[in-house]
Formats: sequence, C-alpha cells, structure tokens
Amino acid sequence: MTLTLIAILVVVLIALVFGALLGFASIRFKVESDPLVEQIDNLLPQTQCGQCGYPGCRPYAEAIANGDEINKCPPGGEATIKDLSELMGVEAKPLDAAHGVEDVKKVAFIREAECIGCTKCIQACPVDAILGAAKQMHTVIIDECTGCDLCVDPCPVDCIDMVPLHDSSENWQWNFKQVSVGDIPLRQL
Amino acid sequence: MKMFADYDQIMERISLQNLWDFPGGVHPTQKKSLSNQTDIQRIDLPSVVHIPVKQHIGVNGELIVKEGDTVKKGQPLTTSENSFAVPVHASTSGTVVAISDHVAAHPSGLSELTVTIECDGKDSEYEYTPMSDYAQRSKGEIIQAICAAGISGMGGAGFPTHLKANNVKPIEFLIINGIECEPYITSDDRLMREHAWQIRQGIDILCHLLQPKQVLIAIEDNKPEAFETMSIACQQEDNYHVVKVPTKYPAGGEKQLIQVLTSREVPSDGLPVDIGCLMYNVGTCYAIADAVIEGKPLIERVVTITGEAVDAPQNVWARIGTPIKHLLAQAQYHSEKQSYPRIIMGGPMMGFTLSSVQIPVVKITNCILVPAAKELPLVEDERACIRCSACADACPASLLPQQMFWHSKAKEYEKAQEYNLFDCIECGACAYVCPSEIPLVHYYRKAKADIRQQQLEKEKSEKARVRFEARKDRLQREKEAREEKHRLAAEARKQSLNKDGGAAKDKIAAALARAKAKKAKQQAQLKDKPSSDE
Repeated sequence: MTLTLIAILVVVLIALVFGALLGFASIRFKVESDPLVEQIDNLLPQTQCGQCGYPGCRPYAEAIANGDEINKCPPGGEATIKDLSELMGVEAKPLDAAHGVEDVKKVAFIREAECIGCTKCIQACPVDAILGAAKQMHTVIIDECTGCDLCVDPCPVDCIDMVPLHDSSENWQWNFKQVSVGDIPLRQL
Repeated sequence: MKMFADYDQIMERISLQNLWDFPGGVHPTQKKSLSNQTDIQRIDLPSVVHIPVKQHIGVNGELIVKEGDTVKKGQPLTTSENSFAVPVHASTSGTVVAISDHVAAHPSGLSELTVTIECDGKDSEYEYTPMSDYAQRSKGEIIQAICAAGISGMGGAGFPTHLKANNVKPIEFLIINGIECEPYITSDDRLMREHAWQIRQGIDILCHLLQPKQVLIAIEDNKPEAFETMSIACQQEDNYHVVKVPTKYPAGGEKQLIQVLTSREVPSDGLPVDIGCLMYNVGTCYAIADAVIEGKPLIERVVTITGEAVDAPQNVWARIGTPIKHLLAQAQYHSEKQSYPRIIMGGPMMGFTLSSVQIPVVKITNCILVPAAKELPLVEDERACIRCSACADACPASLLPQQMFWHSKAKEYEKAQEYNLFDCIECGACAYVCPSEIPLVHYYRKAKADIRQQQLEKEKSEKARVRFEARKDRLQREKEAREEKHRLAAEARKQSLNKDGGAAKDKIAAALARAKAKKAKQQAQLKDKPSSDE
C-alpha cells in the first residue's frame, strides 16, 4: 500500500516538476508568432490583393498554416505554388481558377483629367501607393503599386486602368527565341 | 589565404617581360588588318543625331532642353543631379526636334528616351571652360569636370568615370587597357597610334588624381605600332611602363589583364581596387584629357566599321548619336554581300545583332561589324552536350560552363549561382570552343537576367509588406484615437449636464416643449389649408 502511495507521489512530483519547468519555458522562451506563418508569408508575393479570399497576404499565410489550400494566389502563380508545396510538404496543385488566373505584372494608372478627388481609391489601397487629398487630383506611385486591382472598383468615375508594366532594356529577359539577338561566337576556322 | 605577388616581385617580372597568364582563353582569327591600315577618318555630319539620355551604368540625368530648342555642339542636354547620373551632350549644333523613345543600342531592340537633334551643318561650338592648370586644382574640381564632360568607361561596360576616379584607397597599379583582344576591332589600336600624346595627358591627369605607385600601359603584342608610339609618348616618365602582353582572347577583360600583369585575382564579390589596381581604357584616357585640359565633353569616339560586306573598312570619328546607317554608307556597305541584313554592334565574340540601322552610336560603341554571307556563319541548331569539357578548359574565369549550362537551362538558378554564375564575364570563349555549338552565353545571360528580376521582385514584395503593415497599424491607431475622442466627448457632455445642476436639463425640457408646440401649430395650419384654398 505504502509502496503504491510512494509511487503515485513520485509520479505526481515528477509531473509537478516538469509541469513547472514547461510552464516556465513557455513564458521565458515565448515565440511571438508562428515561425511557419512567417516562412509562408515570405513566399507570398505581398500584393495584398485579397484574391485568395483573405484580407492580405499575412492572413492567407496564417490560413495555409492552419491547413488551407496553397493554390489560391494568382499573382504568385505556379512559382509560388511550387515554393509553398516544398515548404509545406504537400503536392503542388494547379492554380484554383475560382480565385483568378495568372497575369502579367500590372500597375494602376489614374487618368488624372477625369479624377474627381473622391479619395475612395486612396482608402482602398492596401499599401498606400496612391497620393492625393479630398477634391485634389490623385495619382499612383508606380514604384509602390503592387497591382492588386483593389482601387479599380471603388472609383465612381472609372478613371483607373490597370496597365501592364512596359518592357525596358533594364528589365529585359534576353528572350532570344523571339528575336535573333545576342552574341554570335566566331566559329573556329 | 592565397599569397599574391608583392609590388617588387611584380615589377621585376614586368621588367623581364616575364608575365603571368590567366587560365583558359582562345585564339580566334584576328582579322584586324581589315580596318587598321588607314588613318581614323573624319566623316560628314549626319542629318540627324539620336542621343539616348542614358548611355552608362546608373540613372538618367535630368533633361534641361525641350523640343524646339537650338543647341550648340557640346551643349549639355542633361545634368547630373545624382552621382550615378552622367550627363549627355549635343554632338553637333542644330535644333531639338524630338524628345521621345527611340530604338536603343541594346540587344533587346527596345526603345529608350532619346533626344533627336536635326543638324544645321554649321557645327558651331558651345563655350568650353578649359582647365589646363589642372595640377593646381583640387581633386574635387577635376572630378567635377570629368563628370560634367559625361565620361563613362569606353571599354564596354560604361561605368561612370568620375565615380571610379573618386577613389580614396591606395593604388599600386594604375592599368591602362590598350589590349583590344576581340577580333576585328581596331579603334583603340588606331587611337594609340595617332593620339598617343593625348592618351598620355589623360594618364597624367589620372595619376594626379589617384597617385598610383606605377602605371602599366598594357598592349597586346599584335599591335607593334601602337606599342611603339605609346612607348615614345611615355618615355619621360619613370613610373610609366608600356607592357607587351601575349595575344590571347580575352586578355583585355579587367580581371584577366590584372591577373596577367600582377598575378593577383580580383575577389568574387570585390573590386580591382581591393587588390590595389585600377583600370582605364585608352579611349577613356583620351576623353579625360579632352574634358580636363580643353573642357570638351565626350561627343565623339572612334568606331571601327569592318567586315567583308563593306568595301572600305576603316576607323572613323563618329559623333555620339550618329545613326549606324550613316556609318555604313561611309564604309560602302553592300547588303547584297550578305544573305540577309546582319549588322553587329561590338565584336564577333561579345557583340549583338542590331534590330535597326537607325540605332545610334553611343559612348560604348567601339565597332560596327557587317560580315559577308560566309564570314561569320550563324550557329545552327545546338546539339546535345557531349561532356567534352572543352568549355571548362577555355573559361578564363576558371568556372564550370557545363554545370552552369545545365542549371541555367533547367532554371535551377540557385544551383547555377553555386557554380558562381555571376563571375562569368560573358566573353564567349566557351561557346567558341563548343563542338556542339551550344550558345552557352545565351543561357547565362538569360539566367542572370532572371535572377536579377527575381531579386528585384523580392525586394519589392518586402517593401509592399512593410507598407501594408504600416498602414494596418495606422488604421488601428486612428480607430483607437477616434474611439477615445468619442468617449471623451461623451464624458464631457455628461459632466456639463451634471455640473450646473438642473439648469441644463430644464433648458432641454424647455426646448422640447417649444419644438412640440411648433409641431402642433404646423399640424393645425395643415388642417386649415384645404379649406382656405377653396
């Protein structure tokens, strides 16, 4: 009887000690946020467009960490799905067409003559890339625009266009299948 | 750590003409005698010049002319607000007829912002401010003059010269690159033969700025005349040494030439200045002398027009912005000698095919090559790699071209970078020796461009994330501030009600009573109205 009691006591004691230890560790070594969410967020394109159905990239990252599908991000496209599948250890699926299709990079452009200065687009922009004030003309800061499309719908006069970023010699990708350019090594004679 | 030869050892070997070597390299047919037999020709002015606003590595200068302006030869068209901006100048007098996009001297054939000037033929000159007493001037003043003259490296890379000259680290060797290792090109050769003295003046200015221990003027041994003239021009100076370098492609590459002369290797993520060397092209030295001593900006350069499809291959002084068409006419280009139009800017190893003859000469244009039909046969379909490793033997940077090719082709860019893709100088030696005719450099260029784009996107997405989070915080703060304000206002209202006891409450009651009475009166009137109408 006493032996059983001692055994129970010892187990309880051990449980208490380890419980206290764990409790201490959980406070002392607390991680502010889920590192997995950080990792997923790093892979997402940060357009903050909400096409995935969540209000921004981070909420979607949290959803993925909680088991949501990885194929809901049209701006990231196949490349992002591939990266996510590697990180999460799941199979890469094709992009879910319900959330949109992969498109070329675009930025918003305000036809300034038509802008009435209502500030609706400024409020919609998730990255504060639109400059302007009430009853003043608005314009898009092209370097900050993520091309999320969210400013287009709120505009009451439809003066916002999504224009593809034009190719310049700086971001040209050496597409030699289209044109015959590039080096032409002298053949050995 | 690998020990490099020190200053004395290097000087000893140089005086014995016993240089080091770089790994790999190839010996393509030279074909230089096509164009180096005649003097550099002065040619007629073109009717228009197209001057791209950006002709260097860096950012655009600020435009200071507008359409319709009359400009003189040498007048600045842009100013340098930023240290990475190099101004451009009108290369002849005339009227600015357009500031718009024009096809650029770039392999993509895309358009860039260009100032088009219709020449008036008078070629009247802008007033320059010479600085012939530069030895008394401060370093900053001279560098400012070099910057204002719009000089960027004329060897090919187009790095702003004033940035390179504004160096504070100690320099042991100032290397003047007169190698010109690529076949066909002879512009530096002719420049050294005819203008050795002015190149020497440019070197003097650089020495004044940089205070190197030793100046090495490197010339390939296939240019004996240039070696002779440069030796004569530099004979008075004890610390100027003209060095004959064995002919091998690409001995003119910056890293390769430093290795040949000093046995030192530029670190993968470093610059030549880290190992006590700094290199300038002979053309750049010529332009520096013009800029400082005469105050004359960079508005013309020597261009080789060569190839078997022209009757009169030669070197010419071409104004910056001259359309290639004008140069081809000068050299008597016969398009029927080619199976289809094919004009190459640069040499056969590193040049690119032009998409239009309206492309202008820019500051880095050293050669226009128009090969006859069978002269430079186009690479046919590439065949499979047979793992012969000839490319690895030819690589002057000791890379593994095969591995980089696999990974670049498969878009496994991380692995390609592990094989030091970014140390590739794109010299084309690997593609030249490849028995399967694989255009290896194409794959490297594509991979590099893709990687740069990915990095840019990564940076952009990081910025977007920061802005998104900042906005979220701001909205939250504003919301809290608003709630706080409402709460305080409500409290204040409550307090003022309680403060003067019943007085305020009475006032409200009185106001309510008044409103009620008014409403009742209105209703009464409404009832009366129909009867009064009748």
